[in-house]
Amino acid sequence: MSTVATTPTGSAPDRTPGVVRTEDSLLKKVLGRWETLILVLIAVVFAIGSGISSEFLTGESLTTGSSDFTEYAILALPLTLIIATGEIDLSVASVLALSSALMGYLWNQGLPMEAILPICIVAGAVCGLINGWLVTGLGLPSLAVTIGTMALFRGLAFVILGDESVTDFPTDYTDWAFGNFGGTVVPNTIVLFLVLAAIFAVVLHRTPFGRSIFAIGANKEAARFSGLRVNRTQLKLFVLSGAIAALAGILLTLRNSTAAGNVGTGFELTAIAAVVLGGVSIFGGSGTIGGVILALILLGGIQKALNLDPDISTYWVNIVFGILLIGSVLGPNLAARFREARRTRNRGARPFRPGRPAAAPSGPEGEGNTDA
Amino acid sequence: MSAVATTPLVALDGASRSFGAVHALRGASLALRAGEVRALMGENGAGKSTLVKILTGVDRPNSGTVLVDGEPVVFHSTADSRDAGVAVILQEPTLFPDLSVAENVVMGRHPRRSFGRIDRPAMKKSVQDLLDRLGVDLDPDRPVQGLSIADQQIVEIAKAMSFDARVLIMDEPTAALSGREVERLFGVVRALQARGAAVLFISHRLEEVYEIATVVTVMRDGEVVHDGPLSELPEDELVRRMVGRDVNQLFPKTEAEIGDVVLDVRGLSREGVFYDVDLQVKAGEIVALAGLVGAGRSEVVQAIFGVDQATEGSVSMNGTDLPLGKPTAAVAAGMALVPEDRRQQGLVMDMSIGQNATLARLGEMRSRGLLSPKRERAEASQWGERLQLKYGRLSDPVGTLSGGNQQKVVLAKWLSTKPRLLIIDEPTRGIDVGTKAEVHRIINDLASEGLAVLMVSSELPEVLGMADRVLVVFEGRVTAELSRAEADEERVVRAATGRAPVTEEIA
Repeated sequence: MSTVATTPTGSAPDRTPGVVRTEDSLLKKVLGRWETLILVLIAVVFAIGSGISSEFLTGESLTTGSSDFTEYAILALPLTLIIATGEIDLSVASVLALSSALMGYLWNQGLPMEAILPICIVAGAVCGLINGWLVTGLGLPSLAVTIGTMALFRGLAFVILGDESVTDFPTDYTDWAFGNFGGTVVPNTIVLFLVLAAIFAVVLHRTPFGRSIFAIGANKEAARFSGLRVNRTQLKLFVLSGAIAALAGILLTLRNSTAAGNVGTGFELTAIAAVVLGGVSIFGGSGTIGGVILALILLGGIQKALNLDPDISTYWVNIVFGILLIGSVLGPNLAARFREARRTRNRGARPFRPGRPAAAPSGPEGEGNTDA
Repeated sequence: MSAVATTPLVALDGASRSFGAVHALRGASLALRAGEVRALMGENGAGKSTLVKILTGVDRPNSGTVLVDGEPVVFHSTADSRDAGVAVILQEPTLFPDLSVAENVVMGRHPRRSFGRIDRPAMKKSVQDLLDRLGVDLDPDRPVQGLSIADQQIVEIAKAMSFDARVLIMDEPTAALSGREVERLFGVVRALQARGAAVLFISHRLEEVYEIATVVTVMRDGEVVHDGPLSELPEDELVRRMVGRDVNQLFPKTEAEIGDVVLDVRGLSREGVFYDVDLQVKAGEIVALAGLVGAGRSEVVQAIFGVDQATEGSVSMNGTDLPLGKPTAAVAAGMALVPEDRRQQGLVMDMSIGQNATLARLGEMRSRGLLSPKRERAEASQWGERLQLKYGRLSDPVGTLSGGNQQKVVLAKWLSTKPRLLIIDEPTRGIDVGTKAEVHRIINDLASEGLAVLMVSSELPEVLGMADRVLVVFEGRVTAELSRAEADEERVVRAATGRAPVTEEIA
């Protein structure tokens, strides 16, 4: 469980903006939390993993398992914020590929790495700006917009680099991306992720900007009526998502020492799966960075465990991820129904919602709310 | 009334309902007799909703019984109560917007022809008959989409009649209706009454209750505190029983010193919605925008605040022009808008009381750059205390509060920004009498401290009691401007319905 201890979830465990709950007993509070369930699942996966292979709970395994998950983890951070506002960005993996291709192209052109890296990040931010402008400026649905730009940016990646791949990146950079932090078993890229995660957690949970994100996700109209900058906030998030996706592209390129236009296909789905599994409401308005990190650990653990068993086909990873994702949508839904049923039988207190609202919000105003 | 001796169609006998430690209903009894319109009065939280839920089968009492035609029954669901002839009309009807009026009325019980096809001519005819009996002119073939709330309620009533409802429960049906629409609704209620239906009428508007109801049940703290003919209960006595104390002045108007112009709106138009609106509000002044629902008043104030984009005109605060369509700029200039729709626009219902109260000034809730939960709590509880907000914990969802207390949270959210201009749209909609007077007192106090107030209200007594100046809006245009001395019911109603202004001419 050493990985769990390294996560910065301790920042705000019981004051989750956007998630409201009545204050029950501590035990109920802990048990009722979505994060607790994920922790239990992590324990189960780690137990099964060490049963499958004695290599599972080793430093070596942690290093490879976590570094394989770097890009998903990094993509999940801005996605958490975007999904918390009730939008989505499906183009992140294509921006990642575009960044990789651009990196290869510019390296072939003889530019130094010191210039290439900022150019890639800026290019990613521009991609995000295009998404954000289409969504906030023209008022188009982000799902449709980013399905479109997902194809567009991927196409651009191939235009830039064609079918070729570039592999001769300088070893200072690739060594850093391969390497571990200090003398530990933690990869450098994961340290970078943890630093980013800490920043994202503070921004989401402890700043006015983060609070606006939850307000927008919970009720966009009320957020506007409160004088919050709804469009600007969302635009910033798309730009951020693009820039961070480009960063993930750089890391992937360096880790594999390969730049190509076809890298990272389908990464957006795993990243979104982690966000949703981590307890961020797909409808917006609630969630925590801590929950997403736990979900990443769970998914990473599953992938590593299944990879270690020679008898299990790697395709099982996708099947397990799929089942978990459906379960994560279904679970709170069933729990809400169960509570609702119990409430109508024995109305002690208002039900509190877990990290994610599954049912439509039922506003219990004092009067005039009789369902007929 | 001759109804005294008859067996009630539906009655509640000694019903109690508690939710944990909260007694929502204590031994409440209520009888609904044929041909009676019974008013159910009480403040928010008095137990009216619980009582209605029990009568409609949404909820069941812990003790006590529901009687149908004198026989004890148990309503396990709304279907049970419907089969017993109980129908509910809500403030906001729940119809299928894309289907026709007729289809909505017969939903689930379409007349059939061979092979299960819907018999449209028969359906149309039966619905037309129903509407004729109600005495309303509504085309059964038109879609519900685009019908006014008032018309939608008529459709709901027709639907109730189509399954022979004998008891009609109307939960604040008039809250969103204009004067004319209320009259028509009352015509329908009287027609039902004449046909031998029992009606339970819930409203916060006293004048309406006295107009339509014959008997009254008054509730307070879950108990029935009065039951008898309405004619024997004068208005102030009714209010006293509801509140449990004297409410001397519903509209305690205090004279305030009128200062400089704070808000200056010139030629504001929004294509197709309102045109050429000029208005000024001075410090310490309360200006009311009166008019019918749908006249464009809310749209005007939303354009002033910037949540709606005006197409023409200018808005200036303290002499500085504001960019149109930018609420953030309006807030920065000292403007605050308490919107009409609390649940959709005023509050983020999923957030806590405290988070809602600080949402309009998150920037000030920081300490060393980060949001300080301590400061948020302190600010929110300070304003909660100032507005006498009744709440459990600041971390409770704002949805757990009563309507009046929710309105106080919206007020706290905006007053804490220390605005120069407070725009308040329907300040007391869906709020009980006691809190209503409190909200009026708060607004008056603020005006006397020099706040400029622009109020939209559909309630004439509120407009006449509070405003220093009344602007009447009719079909998107300001048709009259009346001083406090000039403003009376007749003049406002005339201007609001587009008839010739009595006094002043507005070019």
